[in-house]
Amino acid sequence: MTRADLMGLLLNFLARLITGAQGHWKGCPPSADQRIYFANHQSHFDWVLIWAALPKDLRANTRPIAAKDYWTASPFKHWLTREVFNAVYVDRQRTDDQDPLEPLMEALGNGDSLVIFPEGTRSSKGDPQPFKSGLYHLAEQFPLVQLVPTWIDNVQRVMPKGEVVPVPILCTVTFGAPLHVGPGEDKRDFLERARAAVITLRPKIH
Amino acid sequence: MGALRRLNPDEQVALLFLTLFGALLLVSTVTALLALRPTHDDSNAEWRQYQRDLRAVWLGTTLFWLAWMAGAIGATVYFGLVSFLALREFITLQHTGRSDHRTLILAFFIVLPLQYAIVGLRHFDLFTVFVPVYVFLAVPVVSALSGDPHRFLERNATIQWGIMVCVYGLSHVPALLLLEFPGYAGRGAFLLFFLVVVALMAQVAQEAASRWLRRRPVARQISRSFSIRAWLIGAFVAALIGASLYWITPFKAGQALVMAFIAAACGTMGEFVMKALKRDAGVHHWGNRSSVTGAVGLLDRVAPLCFAAPVFFHSVRWYFKL
Repeated sequence: MTRADLMGLLLNFLARLITGAQGHWKGCPPSADQRIYFANHQSHFDWVLIWAALPKDLRANTRPIAAKDYWTASPFKHWLTREVFNAVYVDRQRTDDQDPLEPLMEALGNGDSLVIFPEGTRSSKGDPQPFKSGLYHLAEQFPLVQLVPTWIDNVQRVMPKGEVVPVPILCTVTFGAPLHVGPGEDKRDFLERARAAVITLRPKIH
Repeated sequence: MGALRRLNPDEQVALLFLTLFGALLLVSTVTALLALRPTHDDSNAEWRQYQRDLRAVWLGTTLFWLAWMAGAIGATVYFGLVSFLALREFITLQHTGRSDHRTLILAFFIVLPLQYAIVGLRHFDLFTVFVPVYVFLAVPVVSALSGDPHRFLERNATIQWGIMVCVYGLSHVPALLLLEFPGYAGRGAFLLFFLVVVALMAQVAQEAASRWLRRRPVARQISRSFSIRAWLIGAFVAALIGASLYWITPFKAGQALVMAFIAAACGTMGEFVMKALKRDAGVHHWGNRSSVTGAVGLLDRVAPLCFAAPVFFHSVRWYFKL
């Protein structure tokens, strides 16, 4: 067992101890099919929670997206994202000759599954913000990949903005039924449909 | 009985666990045989509930045994963990906000470990007052420092109450294991076993009594089955069972009857109170909401103990002047 495996076990244990990290598979069973999980984004903890809620076998091939400039800045951050989470790095600075989605497409081409937060930024209150178009382009390029809407609940209570110590509160990750781009479906319609699919997964009692 | 008395405490405790696991094995075997019958319907809701309960009893017994094997430190750590998980469930269903964050950190990471450390060190006097006196003051101070006056008393009361039930109440369980009776050293497991059996039997008897009596519920909004008469029947049945178990405790038969009655009555009342809280939070079971994967509500299982253990512990300590 390598150090990265141990770190993975430790993080998984912590996520479960603090949040329970319960995965509720409402719309599809957990399976090794190639998937893009797209979720609401409320805290820095979101990725770890989805990762811990996945069955162990799926974790190795399900990869997060990490901002290259931030997550390669120190050796530890780089090691954590590269060795433990097997992250896909993207450049935040847009250059003219390079498509920012290229690393994601390369990963999908290799057969990996991805977790993306299509809002692009964290929304701390209420409904998720409108989705960015990347999800649509990926779906168009890879029509066979299942797009699984995902709702992460309660995580903003675990670690509100500006706090460093998480408070133990149960969180759930609910996976919905996979979507596909309809024939001739407009980009805006699809993104709105995808966002609605995420919102309908929110548990009713609040 | 004479042969049992001649055994040393360790052998007696070993015999207790052997009997427990033997009985469980018997029940499980019968269950498995029943499930093989051609007329058996596996999707029956009551059957599933029964199987879930049976699994929970197995788990509980195994953990009880492990806690005993681990000794004073192990038992304290183990019940500390149960406390942590119970408090986590409790806080999840309360609507704590951003400004409660520091107070919750205090509750989870400072109060809880300290309370169990005090139990482990057997400082029973400090253990009794630590939460009601010191923490009672510390919680609102930390809350006030957050600078949010909105619903101040309500927010503090919620957290304070969660600490009282899930940390203070439950910490009396390992305290019972560690309580030293003269001439009863090394037999703390029997006292805990006595408490658990009595609290459990009170629940079962009360449930059966309320089905049989079909009385008008005293608080329909909270529980459709709870009536004072059913509650009394539950407590009396548990008291009789407790009295019949007096020989495993340091009590005489009459004392065991009264102690069992007190513990049983508190346990079922505690369960009733937790029902009111659940109704307020809009759930039927504690634990994760909308649980498709079947998360167990831990608080549902330990709630009677949270209330019975402190009252039982302090009654015993006061009466026997320990």
